[in-house]
Amino acid sequence: MLKKSSSGVLASLRGSPYRSVRLAPSLAAAIDFMLALLLGGQHSAVQPSGQGAWLVESHTSWIPRWGISLHLGLDGLSVVLILLTAFVGIVATIASWTDIQSRVGLFHSQVLLALGGVIGVFLAIDLFLFFFFWELMLIPMYLLIVIWGHAQRRHASFKFFLFTQAGSLVLLVAIVALALLHQQTTGRPSFDYADLMGLTLTSEIARWLMLAFLIGFLVKLPAPPFHTWLPDTYAEAPTGATIILAGILAKTGAYGLLRFTLPMFPEALSEVAPIAMGLGVAGILYAAVLACAQTDIKRLVAYSSISHMGFILLGAFAGTELALQGVMMQMVAHGLSTGGLFLLAGALEERYQTRDMGQMGGLWSVTPRLATMALFFACASLGLPGLANFIGEFLVLFGSYATQPVMIILASLGMVMAAIYSLGMMQRTFFGRQQDSRTAPDLSNVAFGTLLFIAGLQIWLGLYPKAVLTTTKPVMEQLIQHAVVSANPTHVPSESLLSSHIVTSQGGPP
Amino acid sequence: MILQDFIALSPILDLGAFCLVTMLAIAFRRNHARIAVCAFLSCLLTLVTLPWAATVAPRAVTTLLVVDGHALLYMGLILSATMVIIALSYRYLNSQFHEKDGVEEYYLLLLLATFGGLVLTTAAHFVSFFLGFELLGLSLCSLIGYLRTRRNPLEAAVKYLLLSITASAFLLFGLALLYFESGAMTFHEIGVSVKQWQTVPALWLGGLILVLVGIALKLGLAPFHMWIPDVYQGAPTPITTYIATVSKAAVMALLLRLATEVGILELPPVVHLFSLLAVLSMVTGNVLALLQQNVKRLLAYSSIAHFGYVLVALLAGGPPAAEAVTFYVIVYCAMSLGAFGVVTVYSSEGGDKDHVEDYQGLFWTRPWLAGMLALSLLSLAGIPVTAGFIGKFYAITAGVDAGLWWLVLALIGNSVVSLYYYLRLFVTLFGEVAVQEALPQQGTVQRSEFVSWTAVCSLGFVASIILVLGVYPEPLIQLIRDSVSNLLMVAVQRP
Repeated sequence: MLKKSSSGVLASLRGSPYRSVRLAPSLAAAIDFMLALLLGGQHSAVQPSGQGAWLVESHTSWIPRWGISLHLGLDGLSVVLILLTAFVGIVATIASWTDIQSRVGLFHSQVLLALGGVIGVFLAIDLFLFFFFWELMLIPMYLLIVIWGHAQRRHASFKFFLFTQAGSLVLLVAIVALALLHQQTTGRPSFDYADLMGLTLTSEIARWLMLAFLIGFLVKLPAPPFHTWLPDTYAEAPTGATIILAGILAKTGAYGLLRFTLPMFPEALSEVAPIAMGLGVAGILYAAVLACAQTDIKRLVAYSSISHMGFILLGAFAGTELALQGVMMQMVAHGLSTGGLFLLAGALEERYQTRDMGQMGGLWSVTPRLATMALFFACASLGLPGLANFIGEFLVLFGSYATQPVMIILASLGMVMAAIYSLGMMQRTFFGRQQDSRTAPDLSNVAFGTLLFIAGLQIWLGLYPKAVLTTTKPVMEQLIQHAVVSANPTHVPSESLLSSHIVTSQGGPP
Repeated sequence: MILQDFIALSPILDLGAFCLVTMLAIAFRRNHARIAVCAFLSCLLTLVTLPWAATVAPRAVTTLLVVDGHALLYMGLILSATMVIIALSYRYLNSQFHEKDGVEEYYLLLLLATFGGLVLTTAAHFVSFFLGFELLGLSLCSLIGYLRTRRNPLEAAVKYLLLSITASAFLLFGLALLYFESGAMTFHEIGVSVKQWQTVPALWLGGLILVLVGIALKLGLAPFHMWIPDVYQGAPTPITTYIATVSKAAVMALLLRLATEVGILELPPVVHLFSLLAVLSMVTGNVLALLQQNVKRLLAYSSIAHFGYVLVALLAGGPPAAEAVTFYVIVYCAMSLGAFGVVTVYSSEGGDKDHVEDYQGLFWTRPWLAGMLALSLLSLAGIPVTAGFIGKFYAITAGVDAGLWWLVLALIGNSVVSLYYYLRLFVTLFGEVAVQEALPQQGTVQRSEFVSWTAVCSLGFVASIILVLGVYPEPLIQLIRDSVSNLLMVAVQRP
């Protein structure tokens, strides 16, 4: 019964973008919101029942020739991310309320299509289907940028599309290769997650395949050296699209790492883990330094976003449950905080027709609501204790310290830098002497309410992170277990020892 | 010849008879619309005979022709594509041509070319191979120059004529060499003799390579692609569509049969040649397409690249390769029909609209037309939900399955490059509306809206094919698998 009801929800969810093309944008947002609520209700009802495998699952044959099926599954990881998606989607539509003035219907249909694709990505447990959704979300995003973006939109959209598509194609080859390996061993091709997890790969093949998977996901995350598309894209996209890009699209890369790369290639992973973590640290520091140097407020937030995603990469490869939990928390927290920050940056841009912070200053007295919220989200972004980002970053650092102490010390510098650029942004924009004597309207009630709500969520998750952590705990335990069981324990003693230690310290092994 | 032979041959006989009927109808009374409908019905009625012919397939009719699932599948593709092209041609010719100048023979030539295509799909013998090849080539040559009052089509026609003659010369000499060494003229017998030889004679191999060069010239694989952009640009757009789809599909059907029956893919030199052609085609096509400002030339170069992808699939060898090639060719035909179809329809409204600037902001003035072009472009670029994605997936799968890592990597790199120019055109569709187009003449718009139902139907058909194959390809995959198994069945009933 659960399965049926969930697939009903899924179907309506995937159907909704098409239906709402004709609807007025506000109605579309409402549908979105209701669906989110429905999803929320659905999931809170099914959460307790889930132990081990998928909470809800829907399975239909699609292309039997290649063993491809419409296989959707939901577990703690996807629940959290889908809730985040729906929520960020609402924030994005609200942000576009005043920003988007032309072709409103088309804009919202594209937003919903993109959201549908993202939710599909979080649900698909057939790798072909995963890739299908993975690509599906690109086109609407591309259109959003190219039609409603700012002056340099053409350049930005090309960069965005070419980078991500190149990554995806590499991923596709790896997926196909996995399916064909399955065919070689069992005689029938399969793209199913469970089937492919069971494959035993020689270390040589595993290394190449993992590399391909990693490239596909790192481009999306993004981690250096694949990040160059991001600042351009984030800055040129309309606010709503930027919120979606930063809030959720980046998370699909992290999701891919957690869902596919980690459990499928545990051995190869332990080899590459130091390099990947190094990339993560490099991303944190490099992006933070660049963020300090930005004068464009959107680019600043964009670089800060790369910096935060570095923590996710770091945690994902640390190989401990604690770090993975931190990754999860960081994903949610980052989705909320950048959503808020981009909403504010967009609001500023809308009011002053510039993103250059040099031309702002002293806005606190002009737009007090905007300024207050900006201060709040700047603090969230710099990892102020009591807010959700802090929990995420702290857990990641804490969880990975034992494996890579030097790197973690370096990474914590990133948090210091975060304070520098976040507060620097505040100072240049809202404090100091007023550059522009024009008066501008303060935040509208709707936007202010949304921001307050996000802020509330940030505080709630900062004080009570268990809400997220308990939901994702079973999945993370599984991931770690799989990694430990599959990896040869003699090769990676420290990792397995450590993870078992963490598991026990958190209240008994599963 | 017994009754069953006639049944098996019914599609070809049927179309041949209809060619005569059309010719007589033109001689009797010239009427553009009537002849167009007649030609359309000819294809439709021929299409209807395919299931009937399938009841006796696979069957060798004389030594010349083999009617099997493979042939019938390609026949279906060719006939459907021709129907779409006829539907698109009517308005195009009306707008580009005075009716009293005699437009009717156009349809006759189109049917004859299609007839040649059908023969090619069934050819199992040098004679039928060459006859089909020439019939297709010569009809196309006159079709390309059909707008005889203009300069570009004539130039294109001469180029195509030279190409055709060159290809035929290569082909004939190659076939002669093959016959000289093996003493056989049917693909099957040659295949048998190849298996008996310890080492393949050098002359035979040379002959084979000459034949393959002839085929490559027709398919426009690099480095034999020089004619493609000029001919594509110069020819009337429906004929460009025809060259891109029907002509290439027919030659590909033949190549597939040749490859499987003779087993040429087991010969290392041929594999090397094909790998080289594949890489060159992909690189040349995609890189040169980046520089184009003309939509028809852009699509021409992209077609070179796409047949490079097809070769990658072909090189994989065995049943998966035949399957992937057939799927890709079908998908490619649908995408090309879509893209060129939009150019045709748009050009039918006065003047050839083949510059990229003509498409600036088309989405805001003609959303359906632009949407169709956008869909085709996405499909050509291989984006999911469109057939092109499944096609590319198939090609990659075949390549990975056979361990052709370098070719697959080349395919991927090229796909990324190709995205750039597809996106460029795609973005143009959504750009700001150009000023001079903001004031359409009221009368012409009214007229075009009124007569465009053929365009709507044909493009709608193509769009639905692209989408359905992109979302639910399984039925077609099964169909292709059946046909491929027919193709690979060694013991075809022989008289």
